[in-house]
Amino acid sequence: MRAAPPAIDFGRPVQVVRGLDGRLSARFDRRALAIGLALAALALGVAAVSLASGTYPIALDDVLGALVGRGEDQLRMIVVEWRLPRVALALLLGAALGTSGAIFQSLTRNPLGSPDIIGFSAGSYTGALVVMLMFSGGYYETAAGALVGGLVTALAVYLLAWRRGVQGFRLIVVGIGVAAMLSAFNAWMIREAELEVALSAAIWGAGSLNGLGFEQLLPVALALCVLAPPVLVLARPLRQLEMGDDAARASGVNANRTRALLMVLGVALTAIVTAAAGPISFIALAAPQIARRLTRAAGVALVPSALMGGLLLVSADWAAQHALGVQLPVGVMTVSIGGLYFLWLLIREGRP
Amino acid sequence: MTTTPFPPPTAKQPASQPAKSQPRLPARLHADTVTLGYDSRTIATGLSVAIPDGAFTVIVGPNACGKSTLLRALSRLLRPQAGRVILDGGDIAGLAAREVARRLGLLPQSSIAPEGITVAELVARGRYPHQSFLRQWSKADEAAVAAAMQATGIAALSGRLVDELSGGQRQRVWIAMVLAQQTPILLLDEPTTFLDMAHQIELMELLADLNTEGRTIVAVLHDLNQACRYATHLIAMKDGAVAAEGEPSAIVSAQLIEEVFGLPVLVIPDPVSGRPLIVPKGRPGPAPGLAAARAAPHPPVPAAAGGTPRPAAPGASPQIPEPHHD
Repeated sequence: MRAAPPAIDFGRPVQVVRGLDGRLSARFDRRALAIGLALAALALGVAAVSLASGTYPIALDDVLGALVGRGEDQLRMIVVEWRLPRVALALLLGAALGTSGAIFQSLTRNPLGSPDIIGFSAGSYTGALVVMLMFSGGYYETAAGALVGGLVTALAVYLLAWRRGVQGFRLIVVGIGVAAMLSAFNAWMIREAELEVALSAAIWGAGSLNGLGFEQLLPVALALCVLAPPVLVLARPLRQLEMGDDAARASGVNANRTRALLMVLGVALTAIVTAAAGPISFIALAAPQIARRLTRAAGVALVPSALMGGLLLVSADWAAQHALGVQLPVGVMTVSIGGLYFLWLLIREGRP
Repeated sequence: MTTTPFPPPTAKQPASQPAKSQPRLPARLHADTVTLGYDSRTIATGLSVAIPDGAFTVIVGPNACGKSTLLRALSRLLRPQAGRVILDGGDIAGLAAREVARRLGLLPQSSIAPEGITVAELVARGRYPHQSFLRQWSKADEAAVAAAMQATGIAALSGRLVDELSGGQRQRVWIAMVLAQQTPILLLDEPTTFLDMAHQIELMELLADLNTEGRTIVAVLHDLNQACRYATHLIAMKDGAVAAEGEPSAIVSAQLIEEVFGLPVLVIPDPVSGRPLIVPKGRPGPAPGLAAARAAPHPPVPAAAGGTPRPAAPGASPQIPEPHHD
């Protein structure tokens, strides 16, 4: 591997990497690289702090020691067995939400085109509620219900928005309508349910990482390992699609197939989160836009969005547990942060 | 552009009979009795068109005549309801999108520049069909992007944001993107729309230069005079059929234009290029409703345009038909 100086002025510093007799080459935006590294470092830092905090505070040194297998058994148990799965889940689920949001915002070319706005999260919740209330299913059945609910909703929105291909704006408008109907249906289902079941459904519906352990972490990690490679490969055609279908197809992208594949992947990412922790709003909406503003890159980029999502969720979960003295579901925290973000966005966009 | 590498095939053919165009010229790209349309709306039936290799083909015709639809079919964006589009001897529908994109570039009517993209980044996206997951920015990519920006005169704008450019500059960026694709065939759908006259001419000359360098160019244009001046092969379409095709000087007559566009015109030799210049006659008199209100008759068409051709540019030997009077 060697780095060649760029011959073309891209308007920002780029790093060109080529190797293996030209079989390997890439061009990176240096600012995006630096931001990405910083986000990753920050997310890991917050994760370490999160591992250290709790009713039994542990020094950061001891946390790191426990992670690499040193230190007292009791400390190791608290850090690795109790706290690590939750923190790791926060990072992974946040990254999944950030990626999913980036995929849909890029496909719809609209910052509002995120899965929690266009009904996929509501659909996942509906699927989970149906399993909980009508079949009194356990954790895995509920998770499966969420997955199916999200996919069915996405398919319905896609078909309703279809008119000789799917156009971004129509998808958003149809999605918002479907989301509203599903929310009403969800509220009705909770009203009709037995008090006890309704209570647990409502708690799940707030979106929380409470009580999650290794048995939830492993399937999530596995699923993300399966989903990540195709998402990374499709990142290039996704970028071409941002220029419009005609331009993308003229440059050799199979537009409809690529879009359908990316939608399935994006829905699966959201559904995994809903299945594991309940609907967690606003990460998918905010992470890609914040990442885009930080990197100042063209369009929505997947990897920075994923890192931003991980950072946002792990921070929100730490704040939900420790910042206010009372333990809140992280979903409540993300909604509040999201509200602030929305205000900032509106004020910013409103100014000339 | 005084020499044309092929004889005008449909010269002297009466414009009233749709030209039967067989691919008798060497043509890598041709449509073979295609039926084109969207859903239930049919725009063209049994249309056959050949794009002569190495020519600068311009497709003209009134609105909704199917010229853009034809271009979409030729570029594989629209699948014919019947018939086939042939590229290099094979059905284009059977080729992979990437494979087509290496041989044939298309500038669509409207494309979207992603927010915050710079000129060089956008031009670099034209390299997509030559790249892969592992090979995302080869030396060939770099050379092609640099050459495309050079050819379109935007090398100095390289690092600027596309959002901040003027309409003319932006259109050149899009053309550079298609050029970076390095395809032997280049299709452009109304590339001069939204450009002022100077930029239109500049763009047409750029296309003519690219054609001289050996690329096959196909453009859909609205401006008949630009079409006549720069095209080496003109295809006039009406109602989804080819009304006439051939070298502009050989086929453009007042009769053809009136038949295709329903507009009475004079055709005179262009004093600069010697090629046909089309001058609309306009309404022969005041609008019927206003006829009574107006006392003075409409000023007559200037006699100077009446048929004494000005000396043509040296080398050009246009056959200018007599202006068609009615």
